[in-house]
Amino acid sequence: MPLTLEIITGERRLLRQEDVDEVIAPGSLGELGILPHHAPLITSLVPGELRVKTGNDVEEFYIGGGFLEVHSDEVTVLADAAEHGGEIDAERAEAARQRALERLEQATDADRARAQAALARSLQRLRVLEHRRRRGGGGREMSRPTG
Amino acid sequence: MANTREIRRRIRSVENTAKITNAIQLVAASKMRRAQDRALQARPYAEKMQAVLGHLSGVAGDPDTAHPLLERREINETTVILITPDRGLCGGLIANLERHTGEIVLGPEAGGSGDISMIPVGRKGGDYFQRFGINFRASFQELGDYPGLAETQPISRIAIDDYTAGHVDQVLLVYASFVNTVTQTPVTVPILPVEPPPSDEESSGETQYIFEPSPQEVLADLLPRYVDLLVYQAVLEAAASEQSARMVAMRNATDAANDMIADLTLVYNKARQEQITSELLDITGGVEALKG
Repeated sequence: MPLTLEIITGERRLLRQEDVDEVIAPGSLGELGILPHHAPLITSLVPGELRVKTGNDVEEFYIGGGFLEVHSDEVTVLADAAEHGGEIDAERAEAARQRALERLEQATDADRARAQAALARSLQRLRVLEHRRRRGGGGREMSRPTG
Repeated sequence: MANTREIRRRIRSVENTAKITNAIQLVAASKMRRAQDRALQARPYAEKMQAVLGHLSGVAGDPDTAHPLLERREINETTVILITPDRGLCGGLIANLERHTGEIVLGPEAGGSGDISMIPVGRKGGDYFQRFGINFRASFQELGDYPGLAETQPISRIAIDDYTAGHVDQVLLVYASFVNTVTQTPVTVPILPVEPPPSDEESSGETQYIFEPSPQEVLADLLPRYVDLLVYQAVLEAAASEQSARMVAMRNATDAANDMIADLTLVYNKARQEQITSELLDITGGVEALKG
C-alpha cells in the first residue's frame, strides 16, 4: 500500500498526494527515507530538500524546517515554508545567498545566527534547483494547492 | 416648508453619501471572502499541530518543567495583545473590543493580579489605550488586509521573549472572533504559558511514537511555532471580523441613506406641487381681476 503525503504550511496546503512510494526528508538528525509500513514517528526537520518518489518519478520540494509525522502510512509535513521545485525563484535565492554572505562578514554575535540561518535557507533552495536541473527538470505538473 | 432648491441639494448630498457607503460595502464584502478563505486555509496546519502537541504532552514529562513556555508562574505582570482594525467605519466592533479589553486592563480586578502591559496590534486599540497611560511593550500597525505569518511572527516573538526572560508571567490575546457575518464577539485567549491540548485518547493510547531527536527537543521546536500560530490565526480571524463588520455597517448606512432619499423625494414633490398650485392660483386670480 503506497503512502499518502501531505505538505502543509501555516498559510496553505501545498500538496496532498495518495500514491507516493517513498518520501526522503531533511530530518534534524540527518536525511531520512520513509517507505510504506514505517513505524509511527514524529521528527523535527531542518531547512532542506524533500524528495517524493512515485513510480519512476521524483519531485523535489524545498522545506524551510518544521515537523514530520508518520502514522499508518500517512506522512504529514508541517513546514515553516514549503515550495515546489518549480516554484523556486533562482534569482531571488541567489540574491538572498549574496546578502546573507555580506551580512555574515560584518555581523555581530546576535546577527550572526540569523545570517547563518538565512544562508542555509538560500543554499538549500539553490540545491533543490540544482538537483531538479540535473534530473532534467519537468517531472509531473505541480499539483494545485487544495483546501 | 423648505424651498425646493434646498431639498434638491439635500437629496444630492445624501445620494453622494450613499454612493460612498455602497462602494465601501462592496470592497469589504470581497475582502471578507478572501479573509475567510485564508482563515480556513490555516486550519489544517493548526489541527495537525495541536494533535502533535497532544501526543507530546503525554510523553515529555511534567509540563511545568518540560519547557520554559509551559511553566506556570505566580502572576506579577500580564501582557495583553489586543488586535483591532487600523481603520474605523466598522460599526460597534472597535467599541466592543475596547470595552472588553478595558474590563481586563482597567477594571477593578486589573490591579489585583499584578501589573498590566499591552501590545496593541492595529491603530485603533493603540490610540484608545494610550490615553490611559498603559505601558506598551511594543505596538504594531498596518499589517495589511491579508497579513502572512511573516508579518505576525514579530508579535509572537516579542511575547515569547518577554515570557522567557521573565518580564511577564502571562500573555493574553484579545481579538474579535468571527462567529458569522453579522456577529463578531470579543474573546480573550491565554497563549502563555502554553496550555497543551488534552492528548488524544484513542491515538496516544494505541500508538507509541518515535520522537527524533527526543520528545523534549521536538517540544522545544514546536512550542514557539505553536504560539506563532495562535497569534497568526487570531490576526486572520480578526481580519475576517473587521471586513464583515464593515460590510454590515456600510450596508445599514446605504439602506438608511436610500430611505432618506425616498422621504426627501416625497417632500420635494409635495413642495413642488404646492408651488405650482399657488402659481396657478396667482394666475387665475390675476385673470379674474382683469375681467372684473
